[in-house]
Amino acid sequence: MTLWLEALGRWGLGVFQRLGRGHLFLFRILAGLPTLLSRPRLLVTQLHAVGVLSLVIIVVSGLFVGMVLGLQGYNTLVDFGAEESLGVVVALSLVRELGPVVAALLFAGRAGSALTAEIGLMKATEQLAGMEMMAVDPLHRVIGPRFLAGFIAMPLLAAIFSAVGVFGGYFVGVGLLGVDDGAFWSQMQAKVDLYEDVYNGVIKSVVFGFVATWIAVFEGYDAPPTAEGVSRATTRTVVHSALAVLGLDFVLTALMFGE
Amino acid sequence: MPQDPADDALIRVEGVHFARAGRPIFSGLDLTIRRGRVVAIMGPSGTGKTTLLRLIGGQLRPDAGRIVVDGEEVARLGRSALFKLRERMGVLFQSGALLTDLNVFDNVAFPLREHSALSEVMIRDLVLMKLEAVGLRGARGLMPSELSGGMARRVALARAIALDPMLVLYDEPFTGQDPISMGVLVRLIRRLNDAMGLTSVIVSHDVQETAAIADDIYVIVGGRVIESGSAAALTASESPWVRQFMQGEPDGPVPFHYPAPDIDADLLGEGEA
Ligand SMILES: Nc1ncnc2c1ncn2[C@@H]1O[C@H](COP(=O)(O)OP(=O)(O)OP(=O)(O)O)[C@@H](O)[C@H]1O
Ligand SMILES: [Mg+2]
Repeated sequence: MTLWLEALGRWGLGVFQRLGRGHLFLFRILAGLPTLLSRPRLLVTQLHAVGVLSLVIIVVSGLFVGMVLGLQGYNTLVDFGAEESLGVVVALSLVRELGPVVAALLFAGRAGSALTAEIGLMKATEQLAGMEMMAVDPLHRVIGPRFLAGFIAMPLLAAIFSAVGVFGGYFVGVGLLGVDDGAFWSQMQAKVDLYEDVYNGVIKSVVFGFVATWIAVFEGYDAPPTAEGVSRATTRTVVHSALAVLGLDFVLTALMFGE
Repeated sequence: MPQDPADDALIRVEGVHFARAGRPIFSGLDLTIRRGRVVAIMGPSGTGKTTLLRLIGGQLRPDAGRIVVDGEEVARLGRSALFKLRERMGVLFQSGALLTDLNVFDNVAFPLREHSALSEVMIRDLVLMKLEAVGLRGARGLMPSELSGGMARRVALARAIALDPMLVLYDEPFTGQDPISMGVLVRLIRRLNDAMGLTSVIVSHDVQETAAIADDIYVIVGGRVIESGSAAALTASESPWVRQFMQGEPDGPVPFHYPAPDIDADLLGEGEA
């Protein structure tokens, strides 16, 4: 019994220590971000690595998700003779939920895991220690640009996901299933609200981008400097990001659309 | 901190104790590195030479004792003061620690770009000069993954001296070098030291080569300095520890083995029970 309590206590302490380290780490990154202003190239390189290289998976997934939404939505709506509303269904599902959430999950798998592995390997091969000895703070030089790039890229990727998804739904609904072209767009235009729907979706994707990138860079920086340590950290990045995104999605949805 | 002008010690290590994972590595280490000298630190593998360089560079803190570099106690410096001090220190890591996403040229240019406001033209000239000194000007476009171990170490050396520091710490600069580049590097370290007025600390197992250029030698065994002096004095030393080390004899007081139980007992599995 006491052993069990001891283990629980140790685990709890470990969790809080990590949380503390993670927050200190975040404050130090944020404090270093202004130095990036004078070195935009560092940010651009990372935007390419984190954002542009994630485009393919985001676009392809967005297209398929939109097509499935078109198909499923049509099958349900047609029973009520409401298939003209397909555009609204597709657009609302994407903008409010699937765009930010699925894009964030893909982002964690594609860009987050890469960030963790890269930073973890730099640590394991003493590159971060070497930088410190050259009086360069790795938090400013290596982590900061990657964090900011993820934070900027994620909302853009979510927006692209939603936009492509709408076209996927249009392609299936209007192109294949014969929903009226004008009704598809005009209903969407009438029913999707800029503030209520689009902005809330954007807020979600900003929050997810922040959290997923924070988890990814912290896991890399905190990883034990061994092959096994880095591989575990990479796994943790994907798992923790996914859980954080889904959990936060519920909280945000309740806050935004709760009443 | 007031500094005695007559004090020509750049680094003072005073009574340093340091343990790792419960195992003491230093127990009362004292040594002094004087300005403008080439100082060699020798000792068997695993005695803590790399650890000593990390203590001097402020990456580790001693459990007891002080390390003073250029009048400042390293362990007491805040982050920015420590970084200021490190800007005046060049370090050649045992592993090289080159940045794998930058090519040779950019690796050597890295400290210059971070810490100086020089134009790209100036940086280019400086980098090419440093690479020329280590014989790798022609390899400037290669990535670290395309270098041999010895080449990577020479690039790391060029990077360590890129900022013309006051102090250079070399961790095993000669490992993996063929006799020709070894000779070149040995002379390069001496020449850099004298021409630029540096202080150099060399950690090396290559006793003969290092002894040839070192002004002072410290031999560390078992967590403390067991002998120090000029190369000639050490070669003539009567101490069996020093004799064994300088001559590379297998038999002597310096243990070849990491502390372990008796081998017969270990093989029979008695140690586990
Ligand atoms: N991260 C660590 N955790 C625990 N012990 C360590 C760690 N790093 C080194 N040690 C121990 O510290 C001792 C000194 O290591 P160090 O790397 O300083 O040796 P060294 O003198 O540089 O050896 P070599 O000549 O082989 O490079 C070793 O016995 C090693 O087992
Ligand atoms: Mg070593």
